[in-house]
Amino acid sequence: MESGFVHSIDKSEIKNGVSLTCINTIKFKSGCITINLLCELRRDTAAVNTLLPRVLRRGSANFPDMESIIAALDDLYGVRIEPIVRKKGEVHCIGFYIDFPDDRYIPTGESVLEKAIHIAGEILLSPAKQDGTLRNDYVKSEKINLIDDIRAAINDKRGYAVDRLLEEMCSEEAFGISKLGTEEEVLKITAETLTDHYQKILDNSGIEIFYCGSADTARVKTAIETTFKTLPERKDTQVPKTNIIYYPPTDTPRRFTDKLDVSQGKLTIGFRMGDTMKNPDYPALMLFSALYGGSVSSKLFLNVRERLSLCYYASSMIDKHKGIMIVSSGVEFSNFETAFDEILAQLENIKNGDVSEWEFTSAKRYVITSIKSALDRLGGLEELYFDSVIYSIHYDPARLSDMVETATLEQVVSLASGIKTDSVYMLTGE
Amino acid sequence: MAGNVDYHTVFGRFVMTEDRIEVMRLREYKQINEQVYTGTLPNGLAVFVVPKPGFHKKYAFFAADYGGIDRRFKHGGRWIDTPAGVAHFLEHKMFDTEDGNALEKLSANGASPNAYTSSDITAYHFECIDKFDENLGILLNFVSIPYFTPESVEKEQGIIAQEIRMVEDDPDYNLYYGLLKALFKHNPLRDSVAGTVESIEKITVKTLFDCHKVFYAPSNMALCVVGDVDPKSVYDIACKALPGEKSDVPLRDYGTPEALAPEITDVSKAMEVSLPVFVAGNKLTPAAPGADTLRLEIISAIALEILCGHSSPLYLRLYAEGQINADFSASFDSAAGVAYTIFGGETRDPHRVYKEVKDEVQRIQASGLDAALFERVKKAAIGSHIRALNSFGVLASGIVEGHFKGFDPFEAPAILFELTLDDVSSFIKDNMIPDNMAISVINPKNEVV
Repeated sequence: MESGFVHSIDKSEIKNGVSLTCINTIKFKSGCITINLLCELRRDTAAVNTLLPRVLRRGSANFPDMESIIAALDDLYGVRIEPIVRKKGEVHCIGFYIDFPDDRYIPTGESVLEKAIHIAGEILLSPAKQDGTLRNDYVKSEKINLIDDIRAAINDKRGYAVDRLLEEMCSEEAFGISKLGTEEEVLKITAETLTDHYQKILDNSGIEIFYCGSADTARVKTAIETTFKTLPERKDTQVPKTNIIYYPPTDTPRRFTDKLDVSQGKLTIGFRMGDTMKNPDYPALMLFSALYGGSVSSKLFLNVRERLSLCYYASSMIDKHKGIMIVSSGVEFSNFETAFDEILAQLENIKNGDVSEWEFTSAKRYVITSIKSALDRLGGLEELYFDSVIYSIHYDPARLSDMVETATLEQVVSLASGIKTDSVYMLTGE
Repeated sequence: MAGNVDYHTVFGRFVMTEDRIEVMRLREYKQINEQVYTGTLPNGLAVFVVPKPGFHKKYAFFAADYGGIDRRFKHGGRWIDTPAGVAHFLEHKMFDTEDGNALEKLSANGASPNAYTSSDITAYHFECIDKFDENLGILLNFVSIPYFTPESVEKEQGIIAQEIRMVEDDPDYNLYYGLLKALFKHNPLRDSVAGTVESIEKITVKTLFDCHKVFYAPSNMALCVVGDVDPKSVYDIACKALPGEKSDVPLRDYGTPEALAPEITDVSKAMEVSLPVFVAGNKLTPAAPGADTLRLEIISAIALEILCGHSSPLYLRLYAEGQINADFSASFDSAAGVAYTIFGGETRDPHRVYKEVKDEVQRIQASGLDAALFERVKKAAIGSHIRALNSFGVLASGIVEGHFKGFDPFEAPAILFELTLDDVSSFIKDNMIPDNMAISVINPKNEVV
């Protein structure tokens, strides 16, 4: 029986500030590449960062419009090159996600990897220009699309309630900024300012590239090196830092309410993780999360939903980089206070060590399963190694599983003891 | 296709060898490097195992050919009508067992169990790393042994009422059911799978027991396992856990056949959304169950891509004009004896985009299909079939749903390869008819600037 943790990793510096991580595995029938430019998450640049890959995707020097790009991609058995924007702590990661059928399964035996990398490189490094700037018509039309996306946040009430909580709770921190930016900031962008920003990012931002698939590392490296040859020499780059606030600014939780025409209310609560973030015990953090509200064997699921039927969902998630936990639930307006009390009571139970053997074992099994099953997904592998760059801590998955296996309830209780309620957000009917 | 490839030598006919390993038969799909062991238990349960050496996770998918549409059926010699939402209600209640809750048992073993009910199937599934055999036994047991009490049914009415309230605020839900109610006159697809707060109040312990007996008979179910497991042991565990007797597959009634013209052509509603959003549907002549259904699915997908998919001239023009965004999509569905395509997305002017699509249908019908576009779209579709093979969930649900509809989803790449321009042309000519279309729109409550 193989150990199971079967993939090999090769990390290399393509040039100053451009790194390539190759995750070599034959498990999948397709491969993926992500190209990530690491920017600081800031109020005045979030919108322009997000807009950039969307405008670049509209056309390059040799593929001047979407027609020519899609024709080339379809011809390579449906390669996809899509803009991505991720918020990891207070790092704003923008770039492209590229995925393609693995060469081994292309019926005609042709190879798509190099061609896909070439087109992605074109899109990133040789944009279509007019009068010395990115094309004004592309900028204008993608500004409208981005504004529409920013406004569309309200269509998903569950996500909206989380966004609004963070916006209020972290109004003085970068973490409160939406990864899409704001409408006001989008409106300020012109083809000239976007072109300047593009140049600034290419000169200064760290570029992290990940490949996951079956191709030899040497082959991927050569294709990436060839593509990035045209990128001018750059200064040393660093991963932007995230500012952790350990405690809530007020003694009693801050409360925020919005009214919308909805039939179900949303109750969202934000917590600060406390001193534990000074030297995070990740295995205990993952266990706590599963135990409290991260799984169907969690205290929130079993009590707020199953025992008291207060809601259809009640779950918790932790941003392990920023040290913030969010509990999100959908409840009847009349049950807001009951649900709030129960959610906090369940946190108290963990702080008091009131956790059954069954609950603790289930949480362990849940966490270990999620660590191992992430290795069975292309996106899971990419995320694992990307996170290790952003958080500059890497646990080998096998070692992390072992640490979770041997973690004690005392570790979890000690971590939970510092957690404090910061803010409460309620979305109610009109 | 590029370079005059002989498709048969490339993808083969997909059934290269047939070995018998006792009760399970092996089918090999060489070109996509997949194998499927298939077998049928004496009680009628269809069993599929897709081996995945080298993967940690193991995935089990156990489903009944029973969904929101199956409300009128024959049992004990007479026709029975049930309230909307029973299949979904049953799905919630099956996790209760006499000695507790199956979710808890599976969770303790590190499995992540879940379930869903669609218009035509109810599926229970879990993913795990360890103790697969034990977890599979738990899954088969809790789904096959009903345990309902009046108290637990009443409690569940509370949870499901919250779920219904939640989806009532979801614009996509309103859009979709708005369209189905416009397209169909009486087909049960019109009604929400979860039912309404009122309809689920009519569900009793007896309703649940009766429907479980009829629809959860092994002959009306299928099991698919994906992962590094022993096929024979899956078969044996299923034999041991499930009842031995074989009962008949229930007869259902979806009403008299529907006309191809929609019941209403245009519906709309105002909600808390940022931009108007629409879906339009086109009723199609349904295919006979079996390989014809799969073929219809594949041809529709290609035709839709050429008409208004992200590779189509229409999509690219409307996108460049700012009339639609990347959210625009199109798909095909068939259930309860009907078939339809559906397309739509966000736009400031739903009726204008709807008209553009209808005009494009007429343009294609008049001037014919672009052959180069057809070949490209076909290649991209093959790539997307290959990509989809990565997901254990997609594999398992595809195999089981295909089994219920009478086809083998792994035949799809071969059908795609052999598809000709004429196949798609005649599909568009025969099926894409503006008179058979309807539109459903959700408008924002506040004016859009």
